[in-house]
Amino acid sequence: MNLRLFIRSVLLVTEKNMRIYYFKGGVIIFGLLFPFLMFLTFFIGRALNLVLFFPAFLGMMLFFSSSSTGPLITPWEKREKTYERLLSLPVTLESIILGDILAGSLFGMVITTIVWGAGTLLIHLPLADPVLMVVTLPLGAFTFAALGTLLSSPAMSNPSNVMLLSNLIRLPLIFVSGIFIPLSQLGDWEWMLTSLSPLTYLVDLFDGVITGSAVYSPALDIAILVMVILIFIAMARMIQQYNLSKGI
Amino acid sequence: MAIIEAEHLTKSFDSFRAVDNVGIAVGDGEIFGFLGPNGAGKTTTIRMLTGVLTPDAGSARICGIDIHDNPLEAKTMMGIIPENGTVYSDLTAEQNVLWTAKFYGMDSASRKRRAGEILADLGLSDRRDDIVRTFSKGMRQRVSIACAIIPSPPVLFLDEPTGGLDVFSRRLVIDTIRKMNEEGSTVFLTTHNIEEANELCTLISVINRGKIVATGSPEKLKKSFDRANYLEVAFEQTVEREWFVHPGISRAEPRGDKWRLYTEDPDGTVKYCAALAEQRHLKILSIATSAPTLEEAFVQLTEGPQ
Repeated sequence: MNLRLFIRSVLLVTEKNMRIYYFKGGVIIFGLLFPFLMFLTFFIGRALNLVLFFPAFLGMMLFFSSSSTGPLITPWEKREKTYERLLSLPVTLESIILGDILAGSLFGMVITTIVWGAGTLLIHLPLADPVLMVVTLPLGAFTFAALGTLLSSPAMSNPSNVMLLSNLIRLPLIFVSGIFIPLSQLGDWEWMLTSLSPLTYLVDLFDGVITGSAVYSPALDIAILVMVILIFIAMARMIQQYNLSKGI
Repeated sequence: MAIIEAEHLTKSFDSFRAVDNVGIAVGDGEIFGFLGPNGAGKTTTIRMLTGVLTPDAGSARICGIDIHDNPLEAKTMMGIIPENGTVYSDLTAEQNVLWTAKFYGMDSASRKRRAGEILADLGLSDRRDDIVRTFSKGMRQRVSIACAIIPSPPVLFLDEPTGGLDVFSRRLVIDTIRKMNEEGSTVFLTTHNIEEANELCTLISVINRGKIVATGSPEKLKKSFDRANYLEVAFEQTVEREWFVHPGISRAEPRGDKWRLYTEDPDGTVKYCAALAEQRHLKILSIATSAPTLEEAFVQLTEGPQ
């Protein structure tokens, strides 16, 4: 495969997604309001150590913002009949999938960076490992944007059905990922449960980045997230390839 | 050298074989018409040729590049108007065209210049900065065509490009296809409009039930159906179908106030009609012989064994 053409096609799919799906007033306002509302929900009126809980909060923000719009893109384009046009351009299925993921990642990183910046300014958030932050932000964004793209892959042309599936899978994850109870305070069976969620490893990385108190080693967290990305991409590709072969 | 080549293309959806061992060879500079009734396999074939669908068997090459081994390279050789594909409603006409042009590696200045020319040719200059969502179907189709031709591709695939368009839009589309062909693009066209195919195409293949049933120039296809020669005769008086039972007449069909008589012997049938008029005291209002049309050839080819 011609790598130059492939990279160009990925970037152009990303550009299209950013223009059409992410650079929308409603999406940007939601992206900014959502963290604020979540902050009020989880922190106000509770005697919590903000610094201790902020890594989990950042993880949750990156998780939601990266995976929020991705599930809608393919079903929406199939309904609008633009998917067929996209496929007819010099792209491959892989470049469409990666372009969708890259757009979700960029959106997630921008929103989370704003939240992180606000936290740093307002509650003087520490930064224990800046280098790890450079890895964690894009890795986490890519992981959950890949989840968003995977959720968009089943053959559904009605976006509301996709959102139902998306919420059904995403919402429970925040309850089993060390967001409400720090990983270091979990019991045995809770530990087992949280270890199944990829969000756990992102939260742990943010713990390492901000407080320097990660439970797992960063190498393990990174390895697991990379593995999860590969699995999500492979599954999305397999499902979309199957749908294409069936003409759906 | 064939610019568009396909060998043994086959595709099934579950137990339904949509395309069965199809072979196509379209030479440089041709306008190739791919005709067939609904569900015959036209769109499935075009989707395999353009790399949207993977065939179960067979191969396809565009400008010598295998579409399934090197999809990106092959796709940069073609502009496509998919049957069901529309342009992005949330972008302006110009944004759609410019974004498409980037896939083909056109530089910024060329993109803008060419987009301006094409949108002007397609009558969209005044609406270039408007969101496509506000466009009529014909205007959207013109934007779709602008996207397909912006890179001046060697090959153009057009799947029902004039379907549902008004006369003005249809004429613009046809003129654009001709212009692109004159400028060197090979055109692969599917259409339901037989007259359009007759008017535009230099080579036609007819597909029915997934198989190619005939290939040739429009004139060659018409000539291969000599038996479809007929004459139309109108009498002042009412006539009965049985009066046309005659060895030289294979079929008689009422057509409005006329009778269409299918025959392999038009001269003999004219004489028979004159004799019939004299014998039954009828007055002939008009009589005319006709050569077979492409539509008749198409109908005969696609309506199954006669």
